[in-house]
Amino acid sequence: MIAELGLALLWMAAALACLSLVAGIAFVRSGKGELAALVRPASVAQGVLTAASFALLIALFARSDMSVELVARNSHSLKPMLFKIAGAWGNHEGSMLLWLTILGLSGALVALFERRLREDTLIATLAAQAALSLGFFAFLLFSSNPFNRLPIAPPDGQGLNPLLQDPGLAFHPPTLYVGYVGLSVAFSFAVGALVTREVGPAFARAMRPWVLGSWIFLTLGITAGSYWAYYELGWGGWWFWDPVENVSLVPWLAGAALLHSVAVTATRNALRAWTVMLAVIGFSMSMVGTFIVRSGLLTSVHSFAVDPERGTFLLVLMAIYIGGALTLFALRAGTVAEGKTFALLSREGALVINNLLLTTILALVLLGTLYPIVAEAMGEKISVGPPYYNKVAGPLALILCLVMVAGPLLRWRRDDGRTLWSRLPLALFAGAAVLFGLVLFGGQVGILPLLGMTVAAVVAVASLAPLWKRNLRRTPLPVWGMVLAHFGVAVALAGMAAESAFIKERLVAAAPGETVRVADFSVTFQGVEPVAGPNYTAVKATLIAATAAGDRFVLHPAARTFPGLMGGPPTETNEAALLTRPGGQLYAVIGQPVTGADGAQRYQLRLWWKPLVWWIWLGGALIALGAAMALLGRAQLLAIWRARRARKLEERFA
Amino acid sequence: MKAKHQRLILALVALAGVAGAGVLGASALRDEAAYFRTPEEVAGGHAKVGEPMRLGGMVAAGSLKRLGDGVTIRFVATDGKASVPVEFTGIVPDLFAEKAGMVADGRMRADGVFVADRILAKHDERYMPPQMGDMPKDMKAAAGG
Repeated sequence: MIAELGLALLWMAAALACLSLVAGIAFVRSGKGELAALVRPASVAQGVLTAASFALLIALFARSDMSVELVARNSHSLKPMLFKIAGAWGNHEGSMLLWLTILGLSGALVALFERRLREDTLIATLAAQAALSLGFFAFLLFSSNPFNRLPIAPPDGQGLNPLLQDPGLAFHPPTLYVGYVGLSVAFSFAVGALVTREVGPAFARAMRPWVLGSWIFLTLGITAGSYWAYYELGWGGWWFWDPVENVSLVPWLAGAALLHSVAVTATRNALRAWTVMLAVIGFSMSMVGTFIVRSGLLTSVHSFAVDPERGTFLLVLMAIYIGGALTLFALRAGTVAEGKTFALLSREGALVINNLLLTTILALVLLGTLYPIVAEAMGEKISVGPPYYNKVAGPLALILCLVMVAGPLLRWRRDDGRTLWSRLPLALFAGAAVLFGLVLFGGQVGILPLLGMTVAAVVAVASLAPLWKRNLRRTPLPVWGMVLAHFGVAVALAGMAAESAFIKERLVAAAPGETVRVADFSVTFQGVEPVAGPNYTAVKATLIAATAAGDRFVLHPAARTFPGLMGGPPTETNEAALLTRPGGQLYAVIGQPVTGADGAQRYQLRLWWKPLVWWIWLGGALIALGAAMALLGRAQLLAIWRARRARKLEERFA
Repeated sequence: MKAKHQRLILALVALAGVAGAGVLGASALRDEAAYFRTPEEVAGGHAKVGEPMRLGGMVAAGSLKRLGDGVTIRFVATDGKASVPVEFTGIVPDLFAEKAGMVADGRMRADGVFVADRILAKHDERYMPPQMGDMPKDMKAAAGG
C-alpha cells in the first residue's frame, strides 16, 4: 500500500505543478488575478506532497519491503537502520526523488515567505519553479519510478555498495542536493524577473538570501564530502579532482560569483544583466552536473550505473531549460543592460574581477571535466587529472585571494590607491613574515604551497580589517559574515598549502612489535585481531603512537570484508584510523597480510603525518558559518524578530 | 566616466580574461592530459617513455608477485592481445585482484615496465570504468580465468 500511495502522491504533486505553471502563464499574459491566487497554495501543496512521497520511500527502506524493486536492489534486511534509511537516496531513483523533493520544498518556501518581490514577478518565479519541477516529475514518473513493485518479492535484497555504508552517506548527499537544487530558486527568480522586466536592486535584495542559503548547503556538502572521501577511501587525499567532485565544485563557484555580483546589484544597481546571467548559469551547472553523474557518461561510486535512455531524457530536459532561459535572456537583455557606473578601483571593480576569476576557474574546471567525454566521442581516450587542475586553478585561486584582500577595504563607486595601501601594512607584514620564515626555516617547499601559505597569512589579517576601529556590537551581521567567510578561506588555504608542503609518509610491511617513525611519532604495531560486524567481518589492527613529549595514543585501523550477496564477489573496504592533534593529523591504514622471506606474518602499514590538514575542513565550516550570518542579516530575520518583540512589549505596556 | 566607456572597458577586460583562460586551459591540457592506453597500444609503441598516461587492463592470472620489501608488487596487465608488466609501491585498492580489471596512472620506464603511481580497481561490473567497456567480452578468459 505504501508504495502505491507514494506514487499517487507524486502524480498529484505533478498535477499541482501543472496547475501552477498554467495559472502563472495565464496571469502573466492577461495580467488578471483570478488564477494567480491559486499559484501560491499550489506551490506549497506540491512541495508538501512530494516530501510526503519521499518520506514514504524512506519508510519502505526502513521496513525492508523487498517487494519494491528499488529496495530489493539497494537494501538488505541485515543492514543497520541508519544505512537502510540512507539507502533510500543512495541510488538513482531515490536520489532523483530527493532532488524533486528539494525542488518542490524550495518553491513552497518561496511561496510562503517571499514578501519583498513584486507580486507579478513572484507569480512568474513560482511558475518557472513549477516548470522545472514538471520536467523532473516526467523524468521520474516515466523513466525512473522509485515505487515499482516486483512480481515476486525476493527473500532479501542485494545490499548497498559497502563504500556507501558510512554515516557520511546520511549527511553528504542530502546537504549537497539542497545546495544544488536550492540554486533553482535563483534560476526561477531570474526567469521571473526577466519575464516581468523587474531586474533591479529590489529584485537583487529579494534573491540574495536564497542564493546565500543554497550556497551554505553547497559549502557544507562539499566540505563534508571531502572529509568523507579523506577517511573512507583510505588514500589520504582530500580532493581528487574526480569528475564527480568537479561537478559539485562548478555550481559552488557559480554560487560564489553570484552572491558577490548580487551584492553589487542590490547596493549599487550595477551589473544587472550579469547577475541575472549568473543566476541562470548557477542552476544550469547543477543540471549539467546531475546529467554527467546520472547519465552513465562517467563511472564512479556516485553514478549508480544508469542506462543511456535516461541520459538522453536528462539531456533533452537540460537543453530545454538552459536553452529556454538563455533565449529569454537574449530577448530581454536590451531592457536590463543599463546600470550605474563605477571606477575600476572601487568595491564594484574588485567584485567584477572576483566574478571574472571565479567564472574563469569555473570554465577551466568544466573544460577539464568535459574534454575527456568529448574526446572519447571523437575516438581519443584521454584522462585529465590533478596536474591539469592544479596548474590552471591554483594560480588563479591565489590571484583571487589577493583581490579578496583588497575588495572589502575599497569604497563603493571610487577609491584611490594610496588609501588602499594605507589600510594594508599589517597584512603585508604578516605575509612577508610567513614568506621569510618559510624560505629560511621551511626547507624544500614547492612554489605553489609557498605562495599559498604567504597569501593565506595576508588574507587572514586583511580579512579582519573591516572590523578595525568599528563598534563591534553595532557592526551589522552581514559584515561579520563576510569577515568570517574570508577568514575561513585563509584558514582552508593555509591547511591545503601546509598539508601538501610538509606531509610525511611511511609505507612498510610491519611485524607485530615493530616500531615505525613518522614525523614526531614512534608508532608501534601491536598486532591484529578479527572482529565481526553486523554485516561484515574485519581485521582490526592496534597501533600505539608515542610522541617525543611522552604522550601515547591508540589507533585502530581496520580492513572490512563484506560478503558477496547474490553470488557476487566479496568486497573489502579500508577503515583508516585518525589521530587529530593541534598541529595536524596522523593517518593510519592497514593493508594486506604479507609473508616475508623469513616466513613471519607481516602487515602492510601506511602512515601519514598531515600538518594542519584539518584546517581545510575548519575553513570550509567557517565559510559556511560566515555565509549563514550574512543570511541572517540579509533575510532580516533578526529585524523581523526584534520588531515583533518590540510590538509585544508595547502591547504589554499600553 | 560615461556608461558607454565603462561597458567597453568591462567588455575588454572580460575578453582578455576569456582569451587568457583559453590559452591557459589549452596549454595545460596539452601538457597534462594523460592518454588512456590498452596493453595492445603500449605493445604497439603508442606510449612514450616518461609520458603520463593511464593503463587499463586485466591483472593476468598467476602474475601477481610481491617483492621482498612487502609493499611493492609486480603484475602483468593484459587485454587478451598483449600484455605489459606493471610495478607499484603502495597499498592496492580494496577491489584489486588477479583476473580483475584495473586502471593504473603512471608512466613507462625505459626497460618497458609501467610504473604506477596510483591503481584503481573496479571488478564489480556495476562500477566498471567506461574505458574498459569496449574491451573484448571474453577478456576474463583471455586473462586466464
